[in-house]
Amino acid sequence: MKSRVLAFTLAVGLGVSLAACGDSDTGASGGKITITVNGQPPKTQPFERKIFDEDVAEFERTHKNIDIQPHEGFMDPKTFNSKLAGGQLEDVFYVYLTDPANLIARRQAADITAYVKDVPHYDELQPALKEIFTRDGKVYGLPTANYSMGLLYNRKLFTAAGLDPNAPPTTWPEVREAAKKITALGNNTVGFAEYSKNNQGGWHFTTWMYSMGGDIAKKDGDRWVADFNNAKGKEVAQALHDMRWTDNTMGDKQLLVIEDVQRMMGAGQLGMYLAAPDNVPVLVNQFKGDYADYGLAPMPGGNGTLIGGEGYMLNPKASPEKIKAGLEWISWKYLNPDRMESDIKRYSDQKQPIGLPTSPPAGSSDVWTGSLREEQATLRAKYATVPVENYQSYADGLADMDKKIEPPNAQQVYAALDNVMQGVLTDKDADIDKLLSDAESKVNSALAQVK
Amino acid sequence: MTAVLTREIAPAPSTRRPARLQRAVRENLTAYGFLCAALVCFALFSWYPIFRGILLSFQQVNFVTAPEWVGWQNFATLFNDPLFGIAWRNTLYFTGLALVIGFAIPFAVAIVLNELRHVKAYFRLVVYIPVMLPPVVVAILWKWFYDPGPGLFNSMLRAVGLSPLAWLNSADTSMLSLVLVATWASMGSATLIYLAALQTIPGELYEAAELDGANLWQRLRYVTIPHTRFVLLIMMLTQIVATMQVFTEPYVMTGGGPEDSTVTVLLLLYRYAFTYNDFGTASAMSLLLFIVLGAFSALYLRLTKVRVQ
Repeated sequence: MKSRVLAFTLAVGLGVSLAACGDSDTGASGGKITITVNGQPPKTQPFERKIFDEDVAEFERTHKNIDIQPHEGFMDPKTFNSKLAGGQLEDVFYVYLTDPANLIARRQAADITAYVKDVPHYDELQPALKEIFTRDGKVYGLPTANYSMGLLYNRKLFTAAGLDPNAPPTTWPEVREAAKKITALGNNTVGFAEYSKNNQGGWHFTTWMYSMGGDIAKKDGDRWVADFNNAKGKEVAQALHDMRWTDNTMGDKQLLVIEDVQRMMGAGQLGMYLAAPDNVPVLVNQFKGDYADYGLAPMPGGNGTLIGGEGYMLNPKASPEKIKAGLEWISWKYLNPDRMESDIKRYSDQKQPIGLPTSPPAGSSDVWTGSLREEQATLRAKYATVPVENYQSYADGLADMDKKIEPPNAQQVYAALDNVMQGVLTDKDADIDKLLSDAESKVNSALAQVK
Repeated sequence: MTAVLTREIAPAPSTRRPARLQRAVRENLTAYGFLCAALVCFALFSWYPIFRGILLSFQQVNFVTAPEWVGWQNFATLFNDPLFGIAWRNTLYFTGLALVIGFAIPFAVAIVLNELRHVKAYFRLVVYIPVMLPPVVVAILWKWFYDPGPGLFNSMLRAVGLSPLAWLNSADTSMLSLVLVATWASMGSATLIYLAALQTIPGELYEAAELDGANLWQRLRYVTIPHTRFVLLIMMLTQIVATMQVFTEPYVMTGGGPEDSTVTVLLLLYRYAFTYNDFGTASAMSLLLFIVLGAFSALYLRLTKVRVQ
C-alpha cells in the first residue's frame, strides 16, 4: 500500500513538474495577460518598495487586461544565464546600460522594433541612450535612467582647504591643485581617489580618456581596434601617476573599488572622485553623509563624459502579447511625462532627495530631450529637498558635453585597462609606454571577438 | 567461536529456503535502494554537470536558441588570450609558494605542538581557530593587516624602524601576501593531521635515538620524517589540488591585480563565465584544469591504493 502511495505521489509530482517545465504559456488567461517584471526594491527599502507596489496596483487598475507579477531585484550577471536557461527570467527585466550590447549580440533579448512605435514619447528620449539598445536598425529595449559621470567633491573639505566650494575645478590641472590643498589638511585626508580593480579601474580610465577628448576603441573598417595607446592615453596615465607619486594626493592604499571610495567620502576623508549623481544618495543613506556636504561638477576637461544608467529589456522567449504588455508597463511606470510631477511630488512630500538629475523617482530621470527635459528641470527645482545649487554646475555643463557610451566588449576592455590604472597607481617606476602597449594588445584581442 | 560461525554459515533446511531468500532479497533491495539514491544524487549533481561542462567546452550557448557546435574555437579563444598563460603561471607560482610556505609551516607547528608538555589543547585550539572563520572574513581581515597606511603589518614595521612594504599594492609582493593569508587560514587542519600522524610514532623510537646520541635534527631526519612520509606525500598532493583552485583570496583582496600579478586560473575562469558571460570558453578552461587536477588526483588514488595493499 505504502509503495502504491509513493508511486502515485511520484507520478503526480513528476506530472506537475513536467507541466511546470512546459514553455507554451503565452501568459494570457481569459483575455488577461500576466507578465513578470523585476525592479521591485527590496523590503529593506520600505519607501521605494511601497512606491513600486502602489504603482503596480495603479497600473493594474488602469490596465484591466494586464496582471503584473513583480519580482524583487535588478540585474545580476551571475544569475542571469541560469534564470534564462531555467525559464525563470522575468518577461520584463532590468539592465544596466553596460549590458545591452552583449545581450543583443548573444540574442538574449527580444526584438521590439515592431512594437516600439507604439511607445509614447519614444522620439523624445536622448538619442545616445536609445542607441545603446539599438543594433542594425533593430530595437531591443528602452532606457529608463541615465547617469553621466562628473566630479563629486566634498564641500566641507573644500572650505577647510581654502577652496571655494561654489567654484569647483573645471580642468585637470585645477583638480590636481585642489587635491594638493585638500591632502595638506592632514589626518589621512586624501585629495583625489580612483578605482583600480574589478574592471572599475578600466571603467574610470575610459572616463578620463573621454574627458580629455580621447577614446578607447575606434572602428577600422569592419573591425574595432584599441585607440588609447597614443598621446591622450599617455597624458591620462601620466596625470594619474603624477598625482599618486609626485603630488602624493591619492593616498597609499590602492586597488580600490567604488565601495572603498564611497566609504572614504562618507567618512569625510576624501576630497574628490569621479562619480555619477546617483552616488550622492548612496553617500547619505549608506555612509551617513549629509546632502549639504557634497557638490557635483561636470567632468574636468569638459570634452566628453561617459554615460551609464539603466533600462529594461524583454525576455527573448516572451510572446508578442507579453512584449506589448511589458512595453506598456515600462512606458507607464518609467517614461511617463504625465506622471512626472506627481512622481516627483510624492518623493518630495516624504522628504526624499529631489533636486539631483537622477532617479528615483523615475520622473526625475535624465533621459529626455527638448521641452520634456526643461519641464523636468523646472519640477526638480520646484520640489527640491536637497541643495540644487550644489549640483547646478554639473547640470549646466552637461548640456554641451559629448556624451559617449562604453566601448564594445566593455568588461574585457576594462579588465585590460585595470592594469594601466594599477600600474601607475601602485608602481612609482611604472613604464607607461609598456603599460599602454600591453593593454592595447589585450584590448585588441577582446575587440577581435566583437560580433 | 568456531561453533558460532559454523552455525551461522550452515545451510538452512530446505523448507525454510524461500523465506530466507525472500528476506535476503528484501535486505538487498533496501541496500540497492540506498545505492540508487546516492547514484541519482551523483548523476544529477556531479556526473551530469561534468558531462555538460565537457559538451559546453565545444559549444557556444545563449540559453535561448539551440547550442552551436564550434569545435575547438573556445580553446583557441583561450590560447589567444594573453591572460591565459599569465593565469597558469600565477597559479603555479601560488602553488609553489604554498608548498614551500603552506606545507612546511603546519608541519613545523605540529612538531612543536607534539613536543609541548603543557597547555597543548589551548595551542591546538589557537592554531585551529582561523579554520573556523569564513574565507571572505579572513580575506577582509588581512586586507586591513596589509593596508599600506595604518595597516597592522606596516605599523609594526614602522614601530621597529623598518620601511613599510606595499604588500598587496605591489606586483612583486602581492602573490606572496596572498599565500600568507591562505596558509594562515588553512594551517589548522593540516597541523592537526600532521599532529595525529606524529602521535602514531612509537615513543620508544625517540628514546632509542636519544640513547644513540641523536640530536633534534637527527631525530627529525631519521625518525619523524620516515614515519610520516606517507601522510606528508598525501597532504602535498591534496594541497596541490586545493591550491591550484585558489580563488577567494585574489577575488576578494586584489581582483587579480596589480598588473595581473594575481590573476589565477579560477579567477580568469570566473571572469569568462560571470563577467564576459562566455560559458563555452569558461567550460573549456575548466576542462583543462580538470585534466591537470585529474592527473594529480590519479596519482593520489594510486598512492593510497599502494598503501592499502
